[in-house]
Amino acid sequence: MAEEQKPAEAAEAPAPSGPASPILKRLVDGFGDKILSTHEFRGDATAIVDRGALIDVCKLLRDDPELAFDFLMDVTAVDYIGRVPRFEVVYHFYSLAKNHRVRIKVPLEEGDPKIPSVASLWPSADWLERETWDMYGVKFEGHPNLKRIYLYEEFEGHPLRKDYPKEKRQPLIGPGAVHKIPENDDLTI
Amino acid sequence: MADDPKNGSAAEQDALDLDFETMELKVGPSHPATHGTVRIQLKLDGERIVWSEVEVGYLHRGFEKECESGLYYQAFPYTDRLNYVSPMINNVGYALAVEKLFGVEVPPRCQYLRTIASEVSRMSDHFTCLGACALELGAFTAFLYGVEARELVWDIHDEMCGARVTCNYVRIGGISADVGPEFKAFVDEKLAQIAKLRKDFEDLLLSNPIFIERMENTGLLPKEQLIALGVTGPLLRAAGVPYDVRRAQPYLVYDKIDWDVPIGERGDNMDRFLIRINELNQSTRIIQQCVEQLPDGPVDLNDPHVRLAGKGRVYNKMEELIAQFKLVTEGPKPPVGEVYQAVEGGNGELGFYVVSDGSGSPYKLRARSPSFSNTAALTPMIQGQMLADVIPTFDMINMIGGECDR
Repeated sequence: MAEEQKPAEAAEAPAPSGPASPILKRLVDGFGDKILSTHEFRGDATAIVDRGALIDVCKLLRDDPELAFDFLMDVTAVDYIGRVPRFEVVYHFYSLAKNHRVRIKVPLEEGDPKIPSVASLWPSADWLERETWDMYGVKFEGHPNLKRIYLYEEFEGHPLRKDYPKEKRQPLIGPGAVHKIPENDDLTI
Repeated sequence: MADDPKNGSAAEQDALDLDFETMELKVGPSHPATHGTVRIQLKLDGERIVWSEVEVGYLHRGFEKECESGLYYQAFPYTDRLNYVSPMINNVGYALAVEKLFGVEVPPRCQYLRTIASEVSRMSDHFTCLGACALELGAFTAFLYGVEARELVWDIHDEMCGARVTCNYVRIGGISADVGPEFKAFVDEKLAQIAKLRKDFEDLLLSNPIFIERMENTGLLPKEQLIALGVTGPLLRAAGVPYDVRRAQPYLVYDKIDWDVPIGERGDNMDRFLIRINELNQSTRIIQQCVEQLPDGPVDLNDPHVRLAGKGRVYNKMEELIAQFKLVTEGPKPPVGEVYQAVEGGNGELGFYVVSDGSGSPYKLRARSPSFSNTAALTPMIQGQMLADVIPTFDMINMIGGECDR
């Protein structure tokens, strides 16, 4: 994955003429090298943003009348295991007034999977960031209530990470847990 | 918040009741009024809700993990089980996302059939939502009318793909089966029966003062707040925002068909109910026009590396034979890249984000499900309302566990 994607990204990095999409152009003009790269694969405008600039980029996306992204449709992450940086947090925005979309991606190092929360800008991020924390173990700093949303607090690990085995079992909890798994069980089927 | 003109505002009432204790109430996860498994924790002051929290996840099956470990075409049965009341829309959304990754477009006949499939599923979704809402507000008879109509909707499902509920109908680059020559007559007959039942269903409920009083002015939330919470679909349209993916960013043949986006004014549960009734009409219109205009021609893409070629070609042509083996054992291989494709699901924007690493399995397959974001809006909707208002509000949110918990 890592080797295959790098040349493509390098080729699509903002050339002197800049990206074709006016959304990406505005981001590149406003933030310069904080926008690490951009691409428009199959027409989906995508900007890869440095973590430190995420909040400022998001404020511009929401408040600029030319961009006006009032919907944060989705937050998720991708685990590119073996690549440096390992994680990418992916945001999908939609603007009702302008009827356009943009994807913002923020790369995160394996040893430091932390990112500022955007829940104060879009309340929809509340549950979506909780889900991303639950599934990938990415910490959203400043989130009002960052706890697991699908799984239970005793669950160990983050199941959508690529190094979490699909067959792995975890002990049942609570009063209904009649089938205890023995201590020496390796918890795989 | 309902202010009582005799006793002053709610805040004033709070100040008067100096020594009140809140009562904690936990609804679900297995409760007759939460069709789907969800747990709602409430703190009540009398019958008024002062605090609430919604817990989801009881139906989490690891949709993404399963899909990432299989080949592209093996994800279709899992998408069926996202919103299991409108499985064909999920099939269509996923297929469109993978086709966008490939950069291909299916033939016109397939596009029309997929549009019909989507609208049939939407009718199934709306009838289930409205019928269950009626049932939970005590109107058992109306529920039976809704469910009977849904059975007829599923007859159309059955005619198209041979299954009634989990249909697994769409394929990457095509559909599993074409329809026969008698399809139009069959659909017209079923739609006429459905229209009659829908009329009865509507009349039963909209002439019932109890139903109306429980629906009107409950579950209100201003549209700005709905947008901020990422709420889409009938909930948003009921509040007067005409956002519908089929109109805003048309896919399939929605831009060639004459139909309207109904919008409401107040955005209460009654408006949400009426929007869904109206959308049943619109879906009927779309299906009627699609079967009328259904073009002749192939339903499958003519590319053996994306869609299995017919047996006649596989047995007689080397390229197709090789492609069939490769496709079945290794899966279709889209180019490296990532796409997001949105379709209008039964409850709002259903988006698929697919990342390809060039292999036959999706590296990442994410479903942006409308139920998840819509359920997050339950807490602000019931804040300060009466306990009894939780039921119609939750019904109109129409949380589908399979889609919300993935």
